[in-house]
Amino acid sequence: MPITFNKKNPVDLIFSFLTAVASFTVIFLIIGIIYVLISESSLAIERFGVIKFLTSTDWNPVKESFGALTNIYGTVITTFLSLIFAIPVAIGIAIFVTEISPSFLKGPVGVAIELLAAIPSIIYGMWGLFTLSPIMSRYVEPFLKKATDGIPLIGILFQGMPMGIDILTASVILSIMIIPFTASIARDSFNLTPAVVKESAYAIGATKWEVVKNVVIPYSKLGVFGGIVLSLGRALGETMAVAFVLGNNHRITTSLLDAAATITVTLANEFAEADNDVYLSSLFYLALVLFVMSFITLAIAKFFLLKAERKYSR
Amino acid sequence: MKTILKLALVMTLIFSFSAAYAAEKLNGAGATFPYPVYSAWAFDYNKVTGVQLNYQSIGSGGGVKQITARTVDFGASDEPLKPEALAKEKLLQFPAVIGGVVPVANLGNVKPGQLKLDSASLCKIFLGDIKYWDDAQLVKMNQGLKLPHSEITVVYRSDGSGTTAIFTEYLNGVCPAWKDKVGAGKAVKFPVGIGGKGNEGVANYVKRTANSIGYVEFAYAKQNKLDHTQLKNAAGNFVEPSFESFEDAAETGDFNPQKSFYLWLTNAPGKGSWPIAGATFILLAKEKTDSNKHVVKFFDWAFKNGDNKAKELVYVPLPKSLKDKIRGYWKANGLQ
Repeated sequence: MPITFNKKNPVDLIFSFLTAVASFTVIFLIIGIIYVLISESSLAIERFGVIKFLTSTDWNPVKESFGALTNIYGTVITTFLSLIFAIPVAIGIAIFVTEISPSFLKGPVGVAIELLAAIPSIIYGMWGLFTLSPIMSRYVEPFLKKATDGIPLIGILFQGMPMGIDILTASVILSIMIIPFTASIARDSFNLTPAVVKESAYAIGATKWEVVKNVVIPYSKLGVFGGIVLSLGRALGETMAVAFVLGNNHRITTSLLDAAATITVTLANEFAEADNDVYLSSLFYLALVLFVMSFITLAIAKFFLLKAERKYSR
Repeated sequence: MKTILKLALVMTLIFSFSAAYAAEKLNGAGATFPYPVYSAWAFDYNKVTGVQLNYQSIGSGGGVKQITARTVDFGASDEPLKPEALAKEKLLQFPAVIGGVVPVANLGNVKPGQLKLDSASLCKIFLGDIKYWDDAQLVKMNQGLKLPHSEITVVYRSDGSGTTAIFTEYLNGVCPAWKDKVGAGKAVKFPVGIGGKGNEGVANYVKRTANSIGYVEFAYAKQNKLDHTQLKNAAGNFVEPSFESFEDAAETGDFNPQKSFYLWLTNAPGKGSWPIAGATFILLAKEKTDSNKHVVKFFDWAFKNGDNKAKELVYVPLPKSLKDKIRGYWKANGLQ
């Protein structure tokens, strides 16, 4: 990117300078954050190492023994489940809005979806605790437990007491929170499909289903995938909503009806009162792990989105 | 030119006002638990004396850090600092108000206060050794109560808190197995159960989960009329959590000015003492005599005039004997 200054015009010069400052501030901020995370967690890195910290399931403030695996597990499993719940719904929404719905409905539905993204996460958390979680424990989870009882492998997923404060409930809330992201990116990608191609498909007698399946989705695959990874990033970092309904338990469980803890929830819960150095440092270490995880996710998303852009903007 | 002069005049006025104001302002930071009572006292004190007291409830750990860094006039902590730690950081410490922890249970047909527990059974429940409500040990203590054969769900605080510190300190003291396996602290690795965030989280989980037991702050349990249990104290009596039983604990607890009142008020020896109580403490920087005098003046006023307000907010005021001890401590350190 060539930086061109118009030397004759001081206003232009100042303007260019200001925009450059604005962009570099962000870069410095990120470097600063990485520096703080690494320097603050250096004590824990020294004490536990990388492999041991990432593979230990112990999280015991009293004995000053910390490992991240239970937190990583909780983060990954809730994120994964929420994506499974959210993707079909989100893609359904996007297809409806772009291809199927009559034009007078497009506006209201689109706005409603975007409003969903505007709700603060603490409200999702409270709604989850007071409304969703009783419904889950009273109706949904006992049903799932009964339905899967005795089935090998799947039965294991629904063992234990249905309390509504568990991985399953947290994942459902998370999925509701990420639906708007996935849906709006998928919608924008679908809109990229050239009308000519679609119309040609209709002209040779394709049905709506065939057009969506054979034209729209293949055309916008990469964009949709990028959108999914972006919402994955959001799900990884979500804190308040999950803190309310996950049960905050540093254990690895096989049942979805058990409590667990994610990295962000552990940070939110334990930061304020972490009063010895190793404890605090381990929390920073945990934050660093999350930072790396999110960074990788976003890098992947960016890769796919760029590829999609390059492919279709020609 | 005129406007600049005017502006300068206004600025000088503002600065001189704020400078005069600064002397009448006290800053404190720390524990969240006593925040409501400190701010209620501060409000009344401000009406009487004009002195402004700012208290930021940033957590006990933060309170200790702030006063150690000397950025506030006083720190507050739910966890007493050991005399050695105080000497090292050159701090003074005294208790300000009493609180405590109450086990709360959700057992369909059992009414509040009916369920009786002793330290051994409470410890075993939280260790996961007692798994069912109709365990022989519980049935024996609760003749006449119908305890169901259902699994106990344990609920604990997931966020680090003074409440957990007091509770685990109590279990640590009465139960060797607990000390061995878990230990005490603001956040510990609970062997069984689910974790709620804050008192409200624990209370909500207990309310919503049949056959569960958890622990919350006394004030929270009382204000929300949760189903508390009775506990057997060190003297061997079953007691209910109440102002009287907490006061009894505070009175019989061994608060020693020589040790800067370092004490976990658990398992107090009094006949009617509630066994899981705790004081919340104020920390002062030893060398800042001037501001300390102002802080002490505030707490002296609060000890004289603040008991009713504290009770209104369900905090247990310090008993008179302890207040006198604290005044002696202030005098000994040249603050009054």
